[in-house]
Amino acid sequence: MNNLNKKVKDTITKPHKKISLKASLSLAASALLGTSAVTAPVSHAKPADEWQFDSAFLVYSEVDRVSATEAIIAGTKTFANDEVLNLKLTVDVLTGASANGAIAQPMAQTFTRPSGNGQYVTPAGETPLDDTFKDTRVQVNGQWAQPLSDNLTGSVGGHLSKEYDYLSLGANGNLAYDFNRNNSTISMGLSYFQDTFTPEGGIPKPLSSMLIGDSSSPDWDTEFAKTRIGDSDDKSTADILVGFTQVINRRMITAFNYSYSMVDGYLTDPFKVISVLNFDGIAQDHIYENRPDSRVKQSTFMQTKYHFDESLLNSVADVSYRYMWDDWGITSHTIDTRFTLPVGAASYIEPHIRYYQQSAADFFQPYVIGEQAKTAFVSADYRIGEMTAVTVGAKYGVVLNGGNELSFRIEYYRQMPTDAGFVDPNGLNGLDIYPVVEAVIAQVSYSF
Amino acid sequence: MKPLNVLLNKLSFTKSLQLHRPKFKLTLLAVVIANLSACSNLGVEPWERDLLAKKEMALTSSPIDAALDDHIYFSKEASSGGKSFGGGGCGCN
Repeated sequence: MNNLNKKVKDTITKPHKKISLKASLSLAASALLGTSAVTAPVSHAKPADEWQFDSAFLVYSEVDRVSATEAIIAGTKTFANDEVLNLKLTVDVLTGASANGAIAQPMAQTFTRPSGNGQYVTPAGETPLDDTFKDTRVQVNGQWAQPLSDNLTGSVGGHLSKEYDYLSLGANGNLAYDFNRNNSTISMGLSYFQDTFTPEGGIPKPLSSMLIGDSSSPDWDTEFAKTRIGDSDDKSTADILVGFTQVINRRMITAFNYSYSMVDGYLTDPFKVISVLNFDGIAQDHIYENRPDSRVKQSTFMQTKYHFDESLLNSVADVSYRYMWDDWGITSHTIDTRFTLPVGAASYIEPHIRYYQQSAADFFQPYVIGEQAKTAFVSADYRIGEMTAVTVGAKYGVVLNGGNELSFRIEYYRQMPTDAGFVDPNGLNGLDIYPVVEAVIAQVSYSF
Repeated sequence: MKPLNVLLNKLSFTKSLQLHRPKFKLTLLAVVIANLSACSNLGVEPWERDLLAKKEMALTSSPIDAALDDHIYFSKEASSGGKSFGGGGCGCN
């Protein structure tokens, strides 16, 4: 550590060698690791050149709903024996309103906040949104990759993510085998996450009615507690990913993945309710949703990248398709396309279009009618309902003097939930049961 | 006419799949092996990697964008992963 201090001091005292942000971060990263980097003397020539940093600041903002601000910084260092270390810090802040699952009604509706402290009123004709949504998340990731033999590369990684009401710990391991003159690669990875959810107000009793009334009354807390079954619950996720990458020719590379994911534990969203309607479509009650405690997801993924020649301005096309299916009855198709177009010698523009379509989970219902309510599993969360979503955007990047890259990205994301064939009662005529969600994504990135 | 024939062949192939599941698995295995061996003819020599070595030709050319996007879509849609691990990691709404 003295050595480290000395080097920092040397750097600062030398008049013509300004300590750059990169050098500071390199030092910080190395100090954290208690290792090297300092061996590439900061005070001489190029300061700790081997650390490469990527940073980004992103704002995700939905119209009238949630806003998220996210900052990322990732450092990558390549060691002498082709070992690669990647460390990443992510911080995000979420504020705004989130759909609570209930549907719009011809009259105003009152809901109790998830904490049980106080109520909020949704005006007639509007989709009920819980506006108390606020969270800050800090995430740390580390990944170490190294060659194990001539053709075999191994990597291991760890993940920690903490929110006010959520803790997630994860680990992963991967092996990649290159063959056919390094033109083909087979890889396999395993990952495991253990999450603990401690929601504000505790875990609601599935299918129980949301208590609505005077939260300052003396027996409120006792009554509210009757709708709760605990303070926290767990979820585990185990993923297996098998991949195959193939260089086709000098201009083209393809990848195929298959993944199998098992999620077990508390998969219900404790903040979501579902409207219980009478036959006229008027809400009589709001019950807490209930999802199965396991889910098996599988997906196939295919990607191709193609480098065009001068006739198409040396542009690069990136096209991928994912098909996902699970045992909740959800299937989805995702097509993602990017086109990187060089502009001049040092900049590029990259249009992006993403199309997503999913079918509804078997237990998804936008609302329940009468006694139908007491089915085992039910959720009105539009995110597991039938939906089409489109993202359209573009990125502009420029390589600055010294090879650092600055880029800007702006995208428009539109979710269009659709009716999966439910016949609405007359009382819902003219109400928007499947409201469109629109968001803008703006991002600035800097690599140095 | 040719595309139609191809389509018809495909259709009858699909039908036979439903009838002979073990056969389907064998066929699939054969196709995969055939593809893998065909792959040995694909690819480039080390000195032909000029374009493939460019950053924009990496399968994930911007890992930061990918991480941010994964987080957004994981929170807003029922699917996740595929390209990389789908994972847990947040109680995002």
